[in-house]
Amino acid sequence: MQMEVTLAESVSGKSKETTLPDARKRRLKEKMIEKFFLLNGLLAIFVLGGIFALLFLKAFPAFQEIGFWQFFGGAVWNPNSYSTPKYGILSLIVSTLMVTLGALAIAVPLGVACAAFLSDIASSKMREILKPAIEILAAIPSVVVGFLGIVLVSPMISRVFGVSHGLTALNGSILLAIMSLPTIISLSEDALRAVARSYKEASLALGASRWQTLVRVSVPAALSGIIASIMLGMGRAIGETMTVLMATGNAPALTFNFLEAIQTMTATVAIELGEVPYNTTHYYALFVIGLVLFAMTFLVNLISDLILQKYQEVER
Amino acid sequence: MKKKWAEKIGFALLSSAAVLVLLFLGIIIWDIFSKGVGVISWQFLTQAPREGMTEGGIFPAILGTFLVSLITVLFAVPLGMFAAIYLNEYALPGRTTRLIRLAIRNLSGVPSIVYGLFGVVLFVQMMKLGTSVLSAGLTLGLLTLPWTITASEEALKTVPKSYREGALALGATKWYAIRTNVLPYAIPGMLTGVILGLARAAGETAPILFTGAAFFLPHLPKSLFDQFMALPYHLYILATQHHDIAKVRPIAYGTALVLLGLILLLSTSAIYFRYRYRQRMRS
Repeated sequence: MQMEVTLAESVSGKSKETTLPDARKRRLKEKMIEKFFLLNGLLAIFVLGGIFALLFLKAFPAFQEIGFWQFFGGAVWNPNSYSTPKYGILSLIVSTLMVTLGALAIAVPLGVACAAFLSDIASSKMREILKPAIEILAAIPSVVVGFLGIVLVSPMISRVFGVSHGLTALNGSILLAIMSLPTIISLSEDALRAVARSYKEASLALGASRWQTLVRVSVPAALSGIIASIMLGMGRAIGETMTVLMATGNAPALTFNFLEAIQTMTATVAIELGEVPYNTTHYYALFVIGLVLFAMTFLVNLISDLILQKYQEVER
Repeated sequence: MKKKWAEKIGFALLSSAAVLVLLFLGIIIWDIFSKGVGVISWQFLTQAPREGMTEGGIFPAILGTFLVSLITVLFAVPLGMFAAIYLNEYALPGRTTRLIRLAIRNLSGVPSIVYGLFGVVLFVQMMKLGTSVLSAGLTLGLLTLPWTITASEEALKTVPKSYREGALALGATKWYAIRTNVLPYAIPGMLTGVILGLARAAGETAPILFTGAAFFLPHLPKSLFDQFMALPYHLYILATQHHDIAKVRPIAYGTALVLLGLILLLSTSAIYFRYRYRQRMRS
């Protein structure tokens, strides 16, 4: 209410002697409001910094108690062993990278093709169906996808490849591919749509077909954006927990065979954190895994960010 | 001639990729729906699990998911909106703004299980909130924060500059202009973004695994400091941890259908409202 009065006064410009302190008060209030919003904006930095700080705080004792090289040099993860617990996370990292790369092998060709379809071929009607569908695909909970991995994909894998059970790295890769598709499709499409129209028109005017223009002009021009989208999809696949927890069999072993059960970093944390007492060596060790996960996704995101920034500068 | 054929084959390949993606979505929804719909009944939705979860309903899990989502919204929405107002209305281009944006983009890429670890240390251990509805809700709130900020900022961007300038030219202060001439037009767009974020948060499992979700509880949560059952966690338990997995498979399908139905309802309505809203803003 008070604001309206001061506004009316300042608009009509009356009562000079009251405007001066009022104006100062108003300016102060405006400053406070701006500071308040700034604080909320800074929250994102605090949270990101806080996540890193707390992960590090809880991971640090593990480095002291177990040793840095035990973690990154050892391939055996067996914290519950009665003789000597083993905390090698190499096999977990390899497993995570394996399902992630497997997922990208499926999702990248499919996702980029779908993005190209959306940006260059689809009629506006088709876009209006496909775009929300992709958004809905992104909204499907990972636990539901993991459930389908158990009841649908797993029997299929054991039938096709003749293995005894289908909860394997391949299962995880297929599911993660589906989960990272929306990211890759929507961001690649944005990149393809951002390609300057004059490029395409020049190519078509020179007699190239629409297909040639797409493959030789649009895709190369949008390549950095497409790569950035792939990196983001990769980040999502690395950090996915429930799907791989449910669908990959959870056997921590160093293997490169897609038809064997594996255990990723995320699944290890999900399985074991609920079972260990707080502030034990094992508990701290799980935070080391968390820290490595954080570092990996941070790096992947940062690279994608840098690529995008560079690409925007070139465009300008 | 060869060029024509290459184009035909190429376009056919791209179209089939799009069809395949639609097919994935179709299979997911159809499988859950066709096998889960037989289990759904009034009893299933309103009763507690009985006989070691082999019979009865999933009401405690539905209630738990609802309660946690409520905390998530109450926590994340104001913070997200305020941050978006800062970024879109006040922030000047510079190092701070760049850093904030970088942080937001990175936050949205932090794995959900890492948020879970963070929640355990910050809310459960340090703030001593225990494994509770509150801890889980706050953890999910942090997880949704980057989505809420981005969606709210998108909504603010759709409000034309002239709305702000008109108010400022009449002598209104900046905040007054934002409050009366920007927010009323941006809030519908903000809300649809919030609902989309909420739909995703409601389906998350990893962040609540250690911050408050329980395997089975004989009573409903009485306060914010009690543990709770949640739909996604319940589905995970029924699908992998139960002693008689074959026997509870139908209940697992039913739970999956309720969870999926809830999330699809939320997100499709948000997508629809956003579509309508954008069309109105354009005209």
